[in-house]
Amino acid sequence: MNQRARHALIWVWTIAVLIFIYLPALCILLASLTKSRYFLFPIRRWGLVWWHKTFNSIEVHQLFQTSISIALMVTVIAVVIGFFGALAFARYDWRARPLYQRLVLLPIFFPQTVLGLALLLWFNAMGLPLSWHTAVFAHLVWIIPVVTLVISIQVYSFDPALEEAAFDLGASRVQVFREVTLPVLLPGIVSGSLFAFLLSWGNFPLSLYTDGADTTIPEYLYAKMVAGYTPGVPVLGTVSTVTAGVLLFGGYWLYTTHRRATTQANNE
Amino acid sequence: MKAHPFRLSPGPANALPLMIFLLVGFAAPLMAVIAYSFMPARTFGLLDHPSFGNYIEIFGSNSYISFTWSMLYAALTVILLAPICYPIAYGMAKVFGKWSPIITLLFTIPLFVSENVRLYGWVLFLIKNGVLLGTLKEFTGLNLDGPLYTRWVVLMGMVYVYLPFMLFPMSLGVSMVPDEIRDAARDLGASRWQVFREVELPLSMPGVMIGFLLTFVLAVGGIAEAKILGGQVIIPITQDIEIAFTYAQNWPLGAALACLLMLVVGTLVLLVLWRFDLDKILGRRARS
Repeated sequence: MNQRARHALIWVWTIAVLIFIYLPALCILLASLTKSRYFLFPIRRWGLVWWHKTFNSIEVHQLFQTSISIALMVTVIAVVIGFFGALAFARYDWRARPLYQRLVLLPIFFPQTVLGLALLLWFNAMGLPLSWHTAVFAHLVWIIPVVTLVISIQVYSFDPALEEAAFDLGASRVQVFREVTLPVLLPGIVSGSLFAFLLSWGNFPLSLYTDGADTTIPEYLYAKMVAGYTPGVPVLGTVSTVTAGVLLFGGYWLYTTHRRATTQANNE
Repeated sequence: MKAHPFRLSPGPANALPLMIFLLVGFAAPLMAVIAYSFMPARTFGLLDHPSFGNYIEIFGSNSYISFTWSMLYAALTVILLAPICYPIAYGMAKVFGKWSPIITLLFTIPLFVSENVRLYGWVLFLIKNGVLLGTLKEFTGLNLDGPLYTRWVVLMGMVYVYLPFMLFPMSLGVSMVPDEIRDAARDLGASRWQVFREVELPLSMPGVMIGFLLTFVLAVGGIAEAKILGGQVIIPITQDIEIAFTYAQNWPLGAALACLLMLVVGTLVLLVLWRFDLDKILGRRARS
């Protein structure tokens, strides 16, 4: 088999796997477009009734508010701690770094249901009442390491000579940080924030055990799936998928236009 | 900069907030789980006399069945995902060129949708009168029961959910293979298969192994696949743990089961992570 045929085969295989990955999302979209209360395929009466119902429901507004509050708070805290964590991960050479790198990865390599239950025990032992605040903490345990890793990948490509040059030109520590380090690492920070927000937004196992009486969208959807299905479930499911897609492609588009602009500026 | 006796050097100083957080948010909860596992059954405090009662109860019970299912399904998931993902990982690193970021994004999006929702999409596809069987009935009049709530569907669900966790480390691994070495092997007369076995696979091994590890570890703790797609055909160990914590209200027993699972996961993770140079795996792509 020559190279061309092999590459074509790889393309075909990849597209086939992508179809496998998006098939359920397509089914969810179809299920949200029915007028009837139950899901029967092929759909006889198409309509957006359930979209209207879902978006006008006060309960759903409340869920959105809880999920967004958690995700925003997680994003801010995770990016700040993860940014410095990434500098320690990839920028500076220090003796305990190999150990540190592996410790940071441990929460990622850990079953989340078990982590959620462990945090439940811990909050109970500390006498902390469960609410969306404890859920923020729980999300952070998993999301900070992910964000650290995402920003680290950007930090690896960072040239420390840039910082040194700025110091030599008489810039203060704060100036160097604000004018050199931060702008160069910005793409990593942006993708880190996207990851933090979206991972928190979609998380189920950690929220389930740690947010007490507050309910997030994934929890609500699960409860509805188990008992009391309405086409509101696929409506919210579609919204989640589309939100993730729009944010990610939007971020990527910003990144490419930003890079094109800077390379153009450098060439002039 | 001048050395100061009370100031940390920049590495540890930047690592400090994260380390403190992980101490409070990760290490301490795991300690709490270990402590609870030695408490008498059905207690909710940590002040009783420690004992091995829960572990003795577990070894006398049939929890080993759930353990076996979880291990078996996690292993099968890894075995199935390796050949599914390798060509895609190779494509992302070497074939897709300017399309590579788009394809990467397309594989990333599902990670941000709760797996319950995505698995429910499969339920809608496979259920009686769902997308597959409803369409079949419409066109052929056949009224079949479908494969939902069988072991095979649970396995497919796991392959589906954990695919990105195999794919992304694998593609980092494949991008570590320098094109020159591969071309040199070709020039020296190696067949395509030999190049794969003698050059590409060994050089991409760190990424491949981390993909195996991540997939196995997450799959062994998987619960949603069996719950949503499996009905009650298999009970994974995580579900045993969950039942002990919720319906049975027996936290110490749940904690002891969790400790056994953590022991398996922890040993594997430590063994694999300590073998590879993480700088090389994560940094190589950006530097080349």
